[in-house]
Order: sequence, then structure tokens, then C-alpha cells
Amino acid sequence: MPRIAVDPVTRIEGHLRVEAEVDGGVVTDAWSSCTMWRGIETILKGRDPRDAWYFTQRICGVCTTVHALASVRAVENALGIVPPLNAQLLRNLIALSQYVQDHVVHFYHLHALDWVDITSALEADPEATAALASSISDYPRSSPSHFEAVKQRLTSFVEAGRLGPFAQGYWGHPAYALPPEANLMAVSHYLDALDFQRDYMRIHAILGGKNPHLQTYLVGGMAVPIDPNSQNAINATTLLQLRKLLESGLRFVTQAYIPDVLAVAPFYTDWAAIGAGLGNYMSFGDFPTGAQNPSMDRDALYLPSGVIVGNDLSQVHRLDATKITEYVAHSWYSYEGGDGSPLAPFDGETTPDYTGPEPPYEFLDTDGKYSWLKSPRYDDMPMEVGPLARMLVAYGSGHERVQQLVNSVLETLGVGPEALFSTLGRTAARAIESQVLAERSLEVLDQLTANISGGDITIHNGDLWDPESWPQTASGFGMHEAPRGSLSHWVTIADGAIDHYQIVVPSTWNAGPRDGNGARGAYESALLNTPIADPERPLEILRTVHSFDPCMACAAHILDKDGKPIVEVTVT
Amino acid sequence: MEARKGSRDMTVSTIGGATLTEELEARGITRRAFLAFCTSLTATLALPSVFSERIAHALENSEKPTIIWLEFQDCAGNTESFLRAHNPGVADLILDVISVDYHEVIMAAAGHQAEAAKEEAIARGGHIVIVEGSVPTAGGGVYCTIAGKTALQHLEEAAVGAAAIINVGTCSSFGGIPAASPNPTGARGVPAVISGVPILNLPGCPMNVDNLVGTIAHFVTFGALPATDSEGRPLFAYGQRIHDNCERRARFDAGQFALEWGDEGHRKGWCLYKLGCKGPSTFHNCPTQRWNMGTSWPIGAGHGCVGCSEPDFWDTMTPFYARLPKPPGFNVTTTAEQIGLGIVGATAVGFGVHGVAKVIQHSREKTEASEQSDPAEDAGEESED
Repeated sequence: MPRIAVDPVTRIEGHLRVEAEVDGGVVTDAWSSCTMWRGIETILKGRDPRDAWYFTQRICGVCTTVHALASVRAVENALGIVPPLNAQLLRNLIALSQYVQDHVVHFYHLHALDWVDITSALEADPEATAALASSISDYPRSSPSHFEAVKQRLTSFVEAGRLGPFAQGYWGHPAYALPPEANLMAVSHYLDALDFQRDYMRIHAILGGKNPHLQTYLVGGMAVPIDPNSQNAINATTLLQLRKLLESGLRFVTQAYIPDVLAVAPFYTDWAAIGAGLGNYMSFGDFPTGAQNPSMDRDALYLPSGVIVGNDLSQVHRLDATKITEYVAHSWYSYEGGDGSPLAPFDGETTPDYTGPEPPYEFLDTDGKYSWLKSPRYDDMPMEVGPLARMLVAYGSGHERVQQLVNSVLETLGVGPEALFSTLGRTAARAIESQVLAERSLEVLDQLTANISGGDITIHNGDLWDPESWPQTASGFGMHEAPRGSLSHWVTIADGAIDHYQIVVPSTWNAGPRDGNGARGAYESALLNTPIADPERPLEILRTVHSFDPCMACAAHILDKDGKPIVEVTVT
Repeated sequence: MEARKGSRDMTVSTIGGATLTEELEARGITRRAFLAFCTSLTATLALPSVFSERIAHALENSEKPTIIWLEFQDCAGNTESFLRAHNPGVADLILDVISVDYHEVIMAAAGHQAEAAKEEAIARGGHIVIVEGSVPTAGGGVYCTIAGKTALQHLEEAAVGAAAIINVGTCSSFGGIPAASPNPTGARGVPAVISGVPILNLPGCPMNVDNLVGTIAHFVTFGALPATDSEGRPLFAYGQRIHDNCERRARFDAGQFALEWGDEGHRKGWCLYKLGCKGPSTFHNCPTQRWNMGTSWPIGAGHGCVGCSEPDFWDTMTPFYARLPKPPGFNVTTTAEQIGLGIVGATAVGFGVHGVAKVIQHSREKTEASEQSDPAEDAGEESED
């Protein structure tokens, strides 16, 4: 089988490598590999559990809030700490704004160039672009003179001869289908989104001192004080600033993100039948409506939890966290009791055991171990997690706003629900979710404001802050439905220190290698049958892999029928 | 432009030669707006205002420096920080000020096309290598490979002909979290594994993008990297202790301390020393530069400093919520300075900060036990009367 490789896969977070066999112009098999390991679970052993959020936050600077939140929830779950309502609402606000920023950056800066040919924008007519933009949205920066200026800027950039980050793109690839005007509009919004996300993330600076890696989580609550009568705490002015910023997020999603997806999608309807993948979807659900720890109580969450098997939306199964296990059959780790069987996270082991080729290498031995990711399974089944999984679980669970928006998007595009199970569906689900959650963020702010008005300024439950007050041993898990999917941290505390820590990450669910049964992970499965017009420039692989919004850096190889490389992708 | 001269012959002929002025004119950016930007850069760099003109002149008349941004054992947090750039914003930076020829997170190209773009940039020479993430040295480097090659192989290739290496974040500067005990992958900072190229560290978790823009501007303007301390950190950004510039310093001096999260002192912006703040042992310009367009900074938002710009802070500054120890002669007004001076002195005579802080850590239990006689504690209580 011919094999192609893309190495590195760019416009993602981290180090991901994909090798794929291509035959007859389609992908016939694929392997996903993460090529970096730091050992953070090992580093955590023996440390103060109250510090764990700060350590685990460094797993990812893109989704900078998610591990911090899962970690404090895990320790709170272990010790039986319930944070006060204000802290819960602040955590929701931070997470919701993270979603909006993260999804916008993904669409415009990580994913858009898979669909948008920047060079074609140079041919666009600014008048026609303005007409197009005004026909789909009331986004303000849509005048002919604005698009003329963007085109001028782009032209002078290209004519200067230094393409910088845009050099060597797949420009002119036959799979690009947008007319020049749509491309120019997209470039304009690409630039606007850079400014937007920067300004919007001031929310995190206000609530957490800085972004990325905001510094405000505490086991038992949050560190940002609330006091309407102090200038050093969340007060009326802060709440007003937050409202303005949250509104700007909702506006950008409503006026730019959603209309742009709806404008681009009709040119790529073939991608509503490509990239389906596993058909199994899981969501932990999130955004507690009260003060409960979502690891203990998953019923009162704004986005519901659940599991869908075999694309059957009529049945959303109840989530059972004890059904989560991890394989290392094809991962560079070894289990003491043998690599054939999976382990539950509380019993999980992280012992590195690299058996791959010595660098520099051209190809991985995909029959053996080939990734630094484990293979998480739910009830021994691989699961897709992320925006599509969440929207499907919410849709199937009867979430009113999600149903409304999903139906409206399907109707606008003139496609049925089956179109959701695809690369395009994944990208649309992320936009729909941004709208739902940007709206929700303002409701949460209302809730916070009302609670403060009622006289509640508590931000921390300090009853069990002192390790002296803890039991000798305790175990717990923290679940968070992160932008990229279902995240869980599993901690065991002994004598006031971390004895055992395991983390099961969304991109591990999606990007993990084959398991002990030989079952493919979500990326590997979704890449099957992807058309490849030009193996030298595998744009189509990027489209499907990017539709998951990977959070690690990898590389993909494409091999030929006899196992010989038809494209040399690695540099030797 | 001294540092780039060696490679200029090659560079000039292959670059289009558009200067910033031309591009700004094409975009309709007024000279006045441009000069305002230069003035703010001058402030970031802690230079006298007369330098503003020199910076403007250099930026206007220089070609865009080539940037090759490498990511190794990283979290992309420094990349995200880069995306938060303002004045100028990241769109202005990548289109007008610098030429980012390789950066995995933002570049359009992937796979061998991406590597080809990097090789072309390296071949031209005179580039600035920006590194994010630590370099794993255990197991022959298998803990981080890109395009089948190890982090170290990539670093060594990119360093050829480079004008400078700038390490963004604590991981590439000092090893960072992957190098935290027990350092399972043998992670090292860039200065520990490569030499022969001018190297500058911008530690912090993440680095503050204002300091990166300031460093690049300094390089373009003066043709060399800015002066650094013994840890390779530019003095303009790391020359002063957090504690000395902290807006809550007066609270410390007055003995007013927050004692519990959400108590009166915490709500009123009192000193966070007793909740574990490491500002007295940390050198960084957070209090003055602040974060996210000057919006806030950790202490401003109610959480203590954790010392993230210091080498080995993951081991020396933890547990984060334990207060800094009390060295001999502790008293309200001199404590913090003595702690800081102790670290500077130790570094200067060749002792690692790590060693000092290990001692600090071991003495912590004693500190907690002798809390009753802690003058800062006494002062804190006084203030509550």
C-alpha cells in the first residue's frame, strides 16, 4: 500500500504524526502518533495536591484553563470539598470564555487555511466582496473601502517577497473551492479575529491576572476576591467590563463566525460525507448550574453528559465513569501486568518504554508501539469527543437551544442530520457550540451579579485548606468537558501528598493509537476513505485532522502499496 | 546591525527589500501612530525617551528580521502569549515587522513543505531562532521528535548561521516543568545544550509578549541583544524584584497581610506574602508591564506570585502556598530584600539558585513552627488592631 506522511502536522497544538496508506486516490488506512512526552504525571508524585492545578495547567497553554479546573475538581472530589457558588460561577465564566476564544482561534487561524486560498483573495473585487459580506451578516467591517484596504495590505505583503507563515502553503490546490471574494472576506476576518481574541482574553486577565496560564484556581474555590466596596476585588466596574467583553464575544460569533461557516460550507458539501469516523460519541457535560462538584453530580449541568453508540441519536446512554480504561498495546509505555489488557485510571501506570525507531527515522513501526498517547476506551469502545460529540449528546438529550441552532444550520445548508457525522459536521458543531456558550456566558454573569447583589461575596471554602485536616488517604476524580472534549484527572492522596495521578485527555481519546483489540482511534478511523487529490500535498488529511482541533504535534506519513514511501515527508 | 552583518550579502539579494516605512505607507498607517508605538517600546525597554527616535529609525530602515520559532517539550503557552501581542498586534507583527518563516502553530504549510520553508530560512542566515519548550536528552532524544528528528537535531540545525537564539518561557530557558524533579526525560534548557550563538532567556510561564517585542526591537535597533543578568535574562525586564515594584509593597511595609482567601485583607488588596507569594524572590517586570494589554497581573487579581521566571521554580518555590522562609535578621522592612539579595549573591559567586532554595525549602518547617516569633506576623496582627 502507498503511504504518505505529513510531518509535522502544523496549525495544531503539540507534536502529532500521522502515517496513512493511500490507494486509488483515497486513504485506506491511517495511524496517529504523538511524538512528545514530558512525564507530568510522574513529576506530580509526592507534591502538595493544592499545587497540582498549577502543574497540570502546563499540559496545555492553548486550552490553558482546562487542566487547572479538572485538577481542583479532582482534589475537591477526593477530599469532599464543595466550593462556594461564586467560585463555581467564576469557573464557568472562565471556561465559557475559553471556549469562545479557543473555537474562534481554531476556526480562523488553525482550520481556515484548509478551506481558504489566500492567494485567490488577491483576485477579489472589493465591491463584490462587500456585497457578499453584507448579504450574509451585519458585521460592521464590510465596506468596499475596508476590503480594498485589506487587499492592498495583502498585495504589498506578497509583493515584498517574504511570505512568512504563508510560504509553502498548498495554494492553488484543486480541493480549494471558494471564489476570490469569499477568500478575501475570510482573510479580512482572519486578521480581525486575531485582534478579537486578544481583546476578549482580557476577561481572563481580569479574573485570573493573565492569559495564558491564568493564576487564580484554588482547591476549594478561586483566588480572585469579590467586594463591591473595594477597588482590589470584583466590583461593579469589573462586572461591567466583563459584560462588555462577553458581549463582544457573542457579537463576533453571531456576526462573523456563524455567517462565515454558513458562507463557506455550501462550497464544500462533499465534506458532509467525508471524515465520519467512529460513530461513537461521548460527553462528560459541564457548567454546573449550582454549587455542586460535577464529578459528584452530573445531573444539573448546562451541557448534558452522555454516550452515543453507532450514530444512534435516539439513545443517549448514561455516563458511567468507572467504564473508562486505557490501553498501551500500541503506546510507548509498559504495564507491569502486561500490555494486552487495559487499566482503569485509578490503577493506571505511566512507565515509558520507547520501542520506536532511532531518530532520525523515516517511518514508525505501526505494527508495534507507535505513539506517546495511550488508547482510552469507554466500556472497551473507542469514543470521539469534542464539539460534535457534545452537540450530538445535547441534541439527543433534548437541549432546546442546541436543537434549535442545529436544526437551523441543517435547514440553511439543505442537508439532513446524517451530514453531522462528518468533517464538515465537526466544524459546524464547533461554531454552533460557540453561539450556545457565548449566550450562556452572559446568563452566568447575570447569575453571578445577582448572587453578589444578594450579599454573597464568598470565593473560597477554606474548611479543608490545611492538609492537617485531611484523612490519611483519599481518592477522587475531576471531570471537565473541555473545548476539545472529555477530560478527567484521577488523584490519590496519601499523608498530605500526591501518591498517584493520572490524566485522560480529550486529544488522547481522539488521537490515540489502536487499542489491544486492534480497534482504531477517532482520527485513524475518520481518515479512512478520505480522498487525496495530490499525495504530494495532502490538504485533505489536514482538513479532517484539523476538524478535531488536535492538541499535540504530530506527523503523518503516506506509504505506497508495497510499503514504499511515495512521498518523502520526513527530512533526512 | 552588527550581529547580522555576516550574513547580509546572502540575505539582501534574496529578499524583496521592502522596508517597514514602505509597508506602513501602503497600509495607511500614520507616522504619528508609528512613533507612538516606538515610544511605548522605549518604555518597555526601560530606556530614556530619547531612544524612541533611534528605535523608530532602526525599525523604519531595516529589513524584517527572519524568525524561526521552534517548539519542543512545550505547551504552546508562549505561542498563545505571542498571539496576545498588542501595540503592535500580532497581525501587524507577522505582516509588517518580522518575517515568521517557521512556526508550527500558525504556518500554512505542513509536513515536508513546512520543513522546506525552515531550511530555506536557515540557508539565508542571520535569522533569529525562538525556542519554546525544553530539550529532552534522555533516551537519545526520543521524548520529542519532529519530522523524525530529535529536538536537539532541530536546534543544532537551526543554530547554524543564526544571529541569536531567544528562549521564550521557562522551559526553553531553564528546563521548566519537564525538568522538574525527577525530570523523567532528561529535559534541559537550550543554554545547557548549545553554544556558539548569542543566547537570551525570556523566562516566565509563559513569557510576557511585551518583553519579546522589546527584545526584537532592541536587536533591530542596536544590532545586539540587550544586556542580561547572570541567568541570561535581559535587565530591562528582569532587573528588578517583583516585590520592589509591587503595588502592594506599602501593605507589606505596613504589616498588612491577607491571611485567608476572601478575608478582609484579601479583598482590600493587602500583601499576599502570608498566602505564599514568592514576589520577594522573583525578578520580573510583571508589576509594571502587567499582562494582556496592561489589564492586570497575578498579584493584582489576588493570587500570589509563584516565581515562574526563576530557574527550577517548580522545585524551589513549591509548595506554592507555603510562605517564603525567614532568613536570619528577618524584619518587616528588610526581609524581602535580604531574600532577593541572598539569591543574587549566591548566583554571582556561582552557587545555583536551586541550591539556595533547597536550603530554603528545608528550613520551611522550622519557619512554620516558629511563626509566633515572626515579625511580619506580629506586624500583621498589629495592623488588624
